[in-house]
Amino acid sequence: MRWLLLKDLRILRRSPLQAALLVAYPVLIALLIGFAISRDSSEPRVAFLNEIPEGSRIAGGNGRLPAVGVNEQICSRVECVDVADRAEAEAKVRDGEVLAALILPADLIDRLNSLSTLSPETPEVEVIVNEEDPLKARVVDDRITALLAEANLFIARQIAEEGGRYLDLVIEGGDFDVLGQPVEILGLRAVASILQQLRPAVPEGQRAELDRVIRFATRARDNLDVAAPLIDRLAQPIAVDKQAVSAPTPPLDVFAIAVAATLTLTFVTLLLVAGSLALEREENTFARLTGGLVSRGALLAEKIGLGVAAGLVVTLLMLAGVQLFAALEWGRAWLWPVAALFGGGALAAAGAALGATARDVRAVSLLAFMLALPVALLSLVPSGAVGPGLYDAIRVLTALFPFKPALEAMTAALDPAGPGIAGPLLHLTILTAAYATLARLALRRFGSV
Amino acid sequence: MEARGLTKHYGEREALKGVDFSAAAGELVAIIGPNGAGKTTLLSILAGTLRPDGGTVDSPNGDVGWVPQQAALYRRLTVEENLLLFARLEGRDDPRGAVEEMLELTGLEERRGELVARLSGGNQQRVNIAIGLLAQPAVLLLDEPSVGLDPRQRARLWSFIAGLAERGASVVFSTHDIQEAERYGQRMLVLADGESLFDGSAGELREAVGEETPGVAGADFETAFVAFLQHRGH
Repeated sequence: MRWLLLKDLRILRRSPLQAALLVAYPVLIALLIGFAISRDSSEPRVAFLNEIPEGSRIAGGNGRLPAVGVNEQICSRVECVDVADRAEAEAKVRDGEVLAALILPADLIDRLNSLSTLSPETPEVEVIVNEEDPLKARVVDDRITALLAEANLFIARQIAEEGGRYLDLVIEGGDFDVLGQPVEILGLRAVASILQQLRPAVPEGQRAELDRVIRFATRARDNLDVAAPLIDRLAQPIAVDKQAVSAPTPPLDVFAIAVAATLTLTFVTLLLVAGSLALEREENTFARLTGGLVSRGALLAEKIGLGVAAGLVVTLLMLAGVQLFAALEWGRAWLWPVAALFGGGALAAAGAALGATARDVRAVSLLAFMLALPVALLSLVPSGAVGPGLYDAIRVLTALFPFKPALEAMTAALDPAGPGIAGPLLHLTILTAAYATLARLALRRFGSV
Repeated sequence: MEARGLTKHYGEREALKGVDFSAAAGELVAIIGPNGAGKTTLLSILAGTLRPDGGTVDSPNGDVGWVPQQAALYRRLTVEENLLLFARLEGRDDPRGAVEEMLELTGLEERRGELVARLSGGNQQRVNIAIGLLAQPAVLLLDEPSVGLDPRQRARLWSFIAGLAERGASVVFSTHDIQEAERYGQRMLVLADGESLFDGSAGELREAVGEETPGVAGADFETAFVAFLQHRGH
């Protein structure tokens, strides 16, 4: 078996395109994932132009709401790229340098303030987007909608807070500033108290009317106490109570790395084993080898071993490359080869089963690619994204192919807070045995002349 | 080597219909017949690369060399690497020595470092045969060994094969070329549609052909042989 393994490695070395792809593919994937992770996608780049005059404030009653730091509020949610004017904002969007441009026009605050007057105007912000493809358009829409929802919520809270202060003033009394002059507001509580004190001095025939005023002041005070929290809730009437029913999900960057590593492992192992086994048939050497030189089982084991070894090396190289961009948990590094070995074993066995069914290397490579890619994509479909029946079908299908358990094993190996690795490893072991058996049965066909 | 009552089916088609076969030490046996006669199937069963549906094969234990019709070589390995790999897999005590011997035998010493993919079809066939000889087999089975060889290479090949037989090896080869079979085969097995029609020497075959097809008396052997097959219903 040793000589066969060396022979396969030598043939691989003599196939510069294949060898280059085996090395280049994981490096490329590592670089792509690395760049994607290092450019935090949670904060998209947005060109930002604030034309609101310095010192403008939203009015609240006769006063003005406190300064909110618009620039800071927005730029904490997106990566702001400052632009000098509208033309520059448009150019950056058109060139794809930014996802969108957000322009706060000079009259925004005036329009906001007009909402509390008899001639309200609609406050508008300007958004410039380049909807060159539907996916990007959707992303921009979602981002901008979310950003505006946050802004509206923030303003509503500010107004509600200010409204609450005025209610307090009406209930409890205090000083109120009008044109720079403090005006004393008595407050309902004090009104009721004063009237109660005056009541004995009022003629008996007039007390009934006074009592009505006292009752009004008392009830108004009590009911307005209740109104304050209601006004506060108006800003965000529905609160979210999120409870996860699944196991804790890994951070997005860890999941992305796991997907990249598993994709690399899948393509390298599956294509190499399937192609290498098909090559024996294409070069007519299968019959010669199994005509007494090696057993079919030994040949199968050699091919699986070749795939596992290549997959392990390339996957670890890829993870080492990703390490340049994202800090992986080195304390769990011993689990990486474990995940790659088990995943590689199942994928190699699946590759052997494929290789035993095709007659030449090109056909089996195409077959492996056509099988692996859709299964990998289906494995990433989350529950709820499709109908329950279809999702059940996807679950069954992806459970029959090693990609998903290999991804789960790799995720568990990378994520310290993630689910355990034992389940996926057991799943992969079962798949390895099943595919190796299938490959062994399919190999019987190889002897046919 | 001896085989009795070999049968083989490919789906509905009966590729071998109870064929008997034997080859003595030092004997050169030619298997001849038209396309689809079952020559390759018979040789593959004798080589152990194909299981028969019925019948038995007795051969020197693990001592059968097999040279398939299509070169069974690794095209991305050199001539020497191919030979060395199979010498090691054959378990030769001195694999490098065996390689040198085969390179000398096939006249490929100067092409030893060349990738097989860059060799001509004839030279690939020489490497193919050399690999079959690495096991120093008591029985050598060759499936149409001279296909793709030029006359000079063909003469060299037959000279070499004859030498093996002289040293005591049983050599069994299939061919389409009746003249080649007549010239090099000491005994002929004629197959047609999986059926064994004749087993004997070239002279005996001529006699049988003459008896069964008197109308072609005086024609060349190939014409008479075709008439013989037609007379037998093939």
